[in-house]
Amino acid sequence: MAEQTLFELVSPERLLVSRPVDMVVVPGTEGDMGVLPGHAPLIATVRPGVIAVFENGQVIDRIFVGGGFVEVTGERCTVLAEEAAPLAELDRGRTEAELKAAREDLADAREEPSRKAAERQVAIGEAKLAALEPQPY
Amino acid sequence: MPSLKDLKVRINSVKNTQKITSAMKMVAAAKLRRAQEQAEAGRPYAERMERILGSLATAMAGREGAPELLVGNGRDQVHLVIVMTSDRGLCGGFNSSIVRGARKFIRELETAGKQVKILCVGRKARDQLRRDYARLIVDTIDEIGKRRVGYAAATEIADRVMAMFAAGEFDVATAFYNKFKSAMTQFVTQTQLIPFSVPGATAAQDVFYEYEPDEQDILAALLPRNLGVQIFRALLENSASEQGARMTAMDNATRNAGEMINKLTINYNRSRQAFITKELIEIISGAEAV
Repeated sequence: MAEQTLFELVSPERLLVSRPVDMVVVPGTEGDMGVLPGHAPLIATVRPGVIAVFENGQVIDRIFVGGGFVEVTGERCTVLAEEAAPLAELDRGRTEAELKAAREDLADAREEPSRKAAERQVAIGEAKLAALEPQPY
Repeated sequence: MPSLKDLKVRINSVKNTQKITSAMKMVAAAKLRRAQEQAEAGRPYAERMERILGSLATAMAGREGAPELLVGNGRDQVHLVIVMTSDRGLCGGFNSSIVRGARKFIRELETAGKQVKILCVGRKARDQLRRDYARLIVDTIDEIGKRRVGYAAATEIADRVMAMFAAGEFDVATAFYNKFKSAMTQFVTQTQLIPFSVPGATAAQDVFYEYEPDEQDILAALLPRNLGVQIFRALLENSASEQGARMTAMDNATRNAGEMINKLTINYNRSRQAFITKELIEIISGAEAV
C-alpha cells in the first residue's frame, strides 16, 4: 500500500469524515484539484461542488459540499464546509424545489446583503443539481 | 396556630412543587448531555478554522490592505455589546451573572466617554437590561435553539452584526456569554469579536502555505465565516451552561422542598397529637366532673 493522506471533512456542527485515503479531488474556486500525499502546503477556498475520495484508483465516496475552505499539508487535507452531505442523501425533487425557492428569493432580493446570500443559495442549488448528474470520473 | 387542614394543604402544595422541580432537573440533565455532545462535535471545525486564520494573519502581518474585520477600522468610539442569555428563567444565577458582567463593562465604557449599543440575544437579557439601558438596546434576537442550537441561527446573528459593521454603526464588538466548565460552575466570558484577535498568531510558522486565490481574498471570505463560528461556539457554550445551571438550581430546589416537607410533616404530627391529647383531657375531665 502506497502512502496515504489524512482526509478530514468538518462542518461547524460535527466532524463528518476523518480517515486516510489515496487521493481526494476538491472543487477549488479556481478549479478542481487532486490532493495526493506530499502535496505542497496550500490554503484555498472551495466552491459548491462534489468532493471525490479515491482509493486504489477507484472513487469510493462522493460528498457534496456547499462551499468552504481547504487546508492542505503534506500529510493532511482538511476541508471546512458549511454544508456537507453524502451524494447518496441528495434528493432530486427536493433539490429542485430548493433551487426554485432560491431563485425566487434572488428575484425578490433588492438590497445588497440579502441579494448576495440569495445568489449564494442559487449557486449551491445549481451545484447540487449538477452533482446529481453522472460524474465524469 | 394553623389548623390541621391548613398544614395538610401546604404539605401537598410543596410536594407538587417538588415533583415539578425534580422533573425539570431530569430534563435539564438530558439536555445538558446533548448540549455538551454538540459543543464537543463543533470543536474540530473551530480548531481548524483557528489554525488557518493564524497562518493567514501571520502572512498578512505588517502588510497594507488587511480587512477591517481583522485590524478594526481604526476607531473605538462606538462599542457594540452582544449579551447572550437564555430565553427562560429558573436556572439559578445564570442570566443575572451574564447581565452583571455586561452591565459592569457598559458602565466602564460610558465613564470612558464611549458610545454603547446593546444587542440582546435571548429574552432574559432584554428583560433585565431594559430598565436601565432601554435607549441603548438596538435589537433583541430570541427563540434561538428552542430545540437545539443550529449553525443557521449563528450565521443569522453574524450576518446582522456584519451588516451593522459594514454600515459603520459600531467600531468594536464584544460578546458576553457563559463558558461551560461543569454543571456546577460557569464563567462569564467576554470575547472581542470585531476586530478579531487571533489567538496564537504570533507563534512561529513552520509551514509556508500557498494561497489560492491570494491571502486577501481568502481572508475576506474567511473572516465573516469565522464570526459565525465564534458566535456559534458562544451559543453552544451558553446552552450547555444554561442546562447545567438549571440542573444545579433545580437539584437545590428539590432538596429544599424535601426539607420543607419534613419540617411540615413533623409540625403536622405534633399538632395532631396535641389535638388528640386535648380531646382526651376534655373527655376525662368531663367524666370526672360527673
